[in-house]
Amino acid sequence: MTAPTATTAGARRVGHSRGQALARFWVRYRKDRGGMTGLAVLLFMIVVALAAPLLASSRGLNPIFATYPANAGPGWHYPLGTDADGRSVLTELIWGSRISLLIGFAATLLSMVIGALIGIVAGHFGALNGWLGRQTDNLLMRITDWFLVVPFLPLAIVLARTLGPSLHVIIFVIGITSWPGTARIIRAQALAVEARPYLERARVLGAGHWHQMVKHVLPNVMPLLLANTILTVAGTILSETTLSFLGLGDPTRASWGEMLNAAFSSGVGTGNVFWLLAPGIAIIVVVMAFTLVGHALEAVLNPKLRER
Amino acid sequence: MSDAISGGTLAVAHELPDRAGASRAGAGLIKLLSIKISSALVTLFFVLAFNFFLFRVLPADPARNLVRGSTLTAAQMAAINRTFGIGLPLPEQFWNYLIQTIHGNLGISFQYHIPVSQVIGAALWPTILLVGSSTVLSTIIGVQMGIRAGWNRGGGFDRISTAINNTLYAMPDFWLGMVLLIVFASKWALFPAGGMHSFGGGGTGWHGLVDLLWHLVLPASVLTLVYLAEYSLVMRSSLIDELGSDYLLTARAKGLRDTMVRRRHAVPNALLPSITLIMLNLGFVISGAITTETVFSWPGLGLASYNALNYPDYPVLEGAFLLFSAAVIAANLIADLLLTVLDPRVRQA
Repeated sequence: MTAPTATTAGARRVGHSRGQALARFWVRYRKDRGGMTGLAVLLFMIVVALAAPLLASSRGLNPIFATYPANAGPGWHYPLGTDADGRSVLTELIWGSRISLLIGFAATLLSMVIGALIGIVAGHFGALNGWLGRQTDNLLMRITDWFLVVPFLPLAIVLARTLGPSLHVIIFVIGITSWPGTARIIRAQALAVEARPYLERARVLGAGHWHQMVKHVLPNVMPLLLANTILTVAGTILSETTLSFLGLGDPTRASWGEMLNAAFSSGVGTGNVFWLLAPGIAIIVVVMAFTLVGHALEAVLNPKLRER
Repeated sequence: MSDAISGGTLAVAHELPDRAGASRAGAGLIKLLSIKISSALVTLFFVLAFNFFLFRVLPADPARNLVRGSTLTAAQMAAINRTFGIGLPLPEQFWNYLIQTIHGNLGISFQYHIPVSQVIGAALWPTILLVGSSTVLSTIIGVQMGIRAGWNRGGGFDRISTAINNTLYAMPDFWLGMVLLIVFASKWALFPAGGMHSFGGGGTGWHGLVDLLWHLVLPASVLTLVYLAEYSLVMRSSLIDELGSDYLLTARAKGLRDTMVRRRHAVPNALLPSITLIMLNLGFVISGAITTETVFSWPGLGLASYNALNYPDYPVLEGAFLLFSAAVIAANLIADLLLTVLDPRVRQA
């Protein structure tokens, strides 16, 4: 047999085993009832967010076109009642899901990139036996510790206030404050991966730092990173809610937190009660769904946890 | 509050013994302590540096911020800049800032025109009362719930308390506050809707105290409910970690009753991660205090930050951020030291 065929056969075998691993993963995940419930809720929410223009006209968000009575209880055209400007709460809720999920995912992406980068670099150089490597690891972990210690909300308030309220700023602020947990977890995992013989082999064969980190360490920390990502989204959505409630969100693009801020500013308990209840319950449901999926992933990936 | 972040604090909690072990290397307890204290001081120094550069470099013109709305000539602006030492080179400004901060001079509030230290001083004790009482309550209730749920894992109590805790965990604290406000203050009028005293001061002596506690019930309940969930979940899982241990088997083999095995053997060992978490969690309780104080108009540091944020009153914001950070750094240091004292494994590793 010639060399190329052998390689293709090998590649096919790798692809095959990857497919099998994925199937095995799904079989185990499916048994987790909480994880499946969470997944169903998430898919529903994502469909609602994507289909928002089909479900409710965005004209209903503009107070100028709001023709309903203000602070009304549930009615035929507005199943969850209206807000102080006479807009349908259900319309706001559907469109708000877009902004809340968008900020949640975007901030998490930023946080995961920073967390994984710092975690892998610190773990990789920390595992080398050089003075420079140890110092790199030390410095990165000092920075991580600093972000862990400094209280999140005061830091986020200070940053968001000085940078000004906008969608980008809020994503940046949440992303930049929520990565240290991830960095620590990834570093610990990277250190464990670095101790394995195949990395020694790669080093002996002359692989550079970049090659080792990207081709060997990253794929091995990936599953953990995925579970951590899902759990982080739950956190970033809650953070967005808090910052928007304090008035640091983008007022032109109303998220669920922004709705709560408006309901609070117009006087708690004076208007339509669903204006306050609906976004809060939506947040709880989405955050719980992300938490359930994240824990289910963790349990499948880490058999030691499964007994809990 | 959020899972990812608490995952981070847990990671720290688990890594503490490691780090202590590395720094130990034949040195005494004194050396260990001095390393921990100096690293806390370094962290505090970086908070100061961050504070200085963010507030002094980003909003380009502090003098213009201070005299917002009034028209001044360029010469007058330059005079103000000179009094603030703004023309000086950056390192010199930073040095002046450090000296002033150490002397407790945090600047003058834009909204009240009094020193920031006075604004913060007046708001300090309401926050300590609120955060302190809810931390004590959530710790006691949460740890008890966690012990009961973990010891009979999978039982009725475990399932109900885990469901409740997961819901509370996913709940924005200020939303819970508003719901309680509607139910208990608006609908049933059982508790006041906000503030710390009734109109006219609420009386003196005994009456004043009762009035204060009456105002404290709702905001303290919010913070207690939101944070007990986390303590309960952590206590439960660290107790479950201990369940399979050999020493529990030994204790049972000695013929000890189930309650004794739990109380004397399992709980003391499972308590350590919870103690660390409770101290490390102060940062999140502070975040909760900011929103909860806003909802209930509780006149503490949180409400002061909220008002400063909307004004915007940068000196007060800056001072509050500094104080919050210092408090959390101190709590971390105490947790670290406490763990060294409580856990022989950390000392001897």
